[in-house]
Amino acid sequence: MDRRTVFGGWLLPVLLVLPQLLLTGFFFYWPAGEAVWSSMTSQDAFGEGVRFVGWDNFAELLADPLYLESAVRTVVFCGAVSILAMGLALALAVFADREVRGRHAYRTLLIWPYAVAPAMSAVLLLFVLDPRVGLLGRWLNRMGLDWDYHLNGNQALLMVVMASAWKQVSYNFIFFLAGLQSIPRAVTEAARMDGAKGWHRFRTITVPLLAPTTFFLLVVNLVYAAFDTFGTINALTHGGPGKDTETLVLKVFRDGVVNQDIGSSSAQSVILMLGVIALTAVQFRFLGRRTET
Amino acid sequence: MATLELNGLRKRFGDTQVLRQIDLSLTDGEMLVIVGASGCGKSTLLRLVAGLETPTAGTVRLDGRDITQLDPSARDIAMVFQNYALYPHFSVFDNMAYGLRIRGLSKAAIQARVDAAAAMLGLGDLLTRKPRQLSGGQRQRVAMGRAIVREPKLFLFDEPLSNLDAKLRVQMRAEIRRLQRRLGITSLYVTHDQVEAMTLGDRLLVMHEGRPAQLATPMEVFEQPADTYVASFIGAPAMNFLPAILTEHGAAARLDAGPTIRFTDGPRAGPEGMALTLGIRPEHLTVGDPQLRVQVDLIEPLGSETLIHGHLPTAGAPPMVIKVAGRAPASEAIAVGIQAEHLHVFNRETGMRKAPGA
Repeated sequence: MDRRTVFGGWLLPVLLVLPQLLLTGFFFYWPAGEAVWSSMTSQDAFGEGVRFVGWDNFAELLADPLYLESAVRTVVFCGAVSILAMGLALALAVFADREVRGRHAYRTLLIWPYAVAPAMSAVLLLFVLDPRVGLLGRWLNRMGLDWDYHLNGNQALLMVVMASAWKQVSYNFIFFLAGLQSIPRAVTEAARMDGAKGWHRFRTITVPLLAPTTFFLLVVNLVYAAFDTFGTINALTHGGPGKDTETLVLKVFRDGVVNQDIGSSSAQSVILMLGVIALTAVQFRFLGRRTET
Repeated sequence: MATLELNGLRKRFGDTQVLRQIDLSLTDGEMLVIVGASGCGKSTLLRLVAGLETPTAGTVRLDGRDITQLDPSARDIAMVFQNYALYPHFSVFDNMAYGLRIRGLSKAAIQARVDAAAAMLGLGDLLTRKPRQLSGGQRQRVAMGRAIVREPKLFLFDEPLSNLDAKLRVQMRAEIRRLQRRLGITSLYVTHDQVEAMTLGDRLLVMHEGRPAQLATPMEVFEQPADTYVASFIGAPAMNFLPAILTEHGAAARLDAGPTIRFTDGPRAGPEGMALTLGIRPEHLTVGDPQLRVQVDLIEPLGSETLIHGHLPTAGAPPMVIKVAGRAPASEAIAVGIQAEHLHVFNRETGMRKAPGA
């Protein structure tokens, strides 16, 4: 069936699309264009002159060990956050999918964390984990564990990973639950009749049938971990101690806003932008193919 | 191959009593068809046997062994689902091999069994296809194949033909019966289609509101329905019911519409004037016999026969259907006679069949 609507002229369709085009242009293409432009310029420290330098900023970045370190850290961070957030969410969704008493309340409660602002959740977490005032932090130290994320980079990284994952579990949970519920009950029942027990059934039937959802969430989570965790990390550690929790977005912020190196900062954000475009393209291709069959 | 025994099976969902009391036993190799309107509990009964639901009370015994609390995966029962429930991400071969792999059969044994089942069902060329590349009839065959390769103790069929078109349904119906006979596997077959019920089963269980209304061979159910529900459910078009009272010391019934009909199979016990319901199938009414006058509402020619829809002239009279061979006379009212030897007598109060002498 052809669901396309064919317009006679061009005026009406243009008018219909115009609001969206204006919004996208104003809030996305314009700043993005500015960033691309300024990524090819260099400013002196006093903001006196702007010079066009071509690819110099990019070349400098790719030769900078600090930048590469931050890139590797970001990859590790994104991987850890995605795996943790998706694994937890899947486990919770599997439990919520069962016919149990109070499952509606359980589902609702699981969705709440998504509504908490990143900085707020970070502050709340500080109350828990701070080595001097935090409940859990003090308890860890009393147990003889040397817990202080102000000094220990690995502990700090662990903390921002957990905080970032916690935020994303709700979102993943909703999608996994929807994915689980779209698996026909009869298919799972047929597997039971065929003799498949819990874990085997989960591995051979549920996981493959969840693959489209999982892939979609993987992309969303990587993008989230790479970009939307700025608030959480900045509130928790400011990228410290040292640069141990400084992901690429934090570095963009520090170099551009704090250190006023607009050229380099812009170049970094252009690179990040290319990253998102690549991820989104992969996703569109994959999902597009899924819906064709 | 096995026997199945259900004792005092009950199921309630919250406040709803879905199954009230089911006692049933199947002999080895028997095919029992469970039939009833939607909501009568027939699917629930099947799911209790499968283990997909747990009974509120009662036991399920397979080959003498109590399996009531056993997980479905440990029961050695195969089920064919209404919407086939094929594994969408597996090929036809893997769909059939899945249960065998879990049982740890050797590669060669799995190959042999799947090939044999595929040949039996004409699926040989489709083994590498995915379910979404198959037609409805082919999916149905794969679902059958998946059950057959397991060589289970018991087959369960949950309305397996209801998603097929009419022609395919007739074809698959015969095929299922042939396969079941050949394999000799004890089977429970749930359907709401009375033609399937009549043709497939060694015995028929008619269910009504969670209770067994009648358990007998299909012909017995057709010829001697236990109550007015069974009488109206089995047979198409449905049996006509006429209100009457007992008269002549139980030897005859006087229809509210006028005429008195003598029972040909013996008198019924009961007080004079007892309220009865007389049942007569559409094919057991004779046109041209001036016993009743029926107002014609609609004539449906079906080719080899014709259905005449009408009603008795009294106000509020129930509709009647008459089946005649060939064409029907075109008139507004026709004379209709009842073939007394085909009369079914029911107690109007209870709806139960009233046999001669009872």
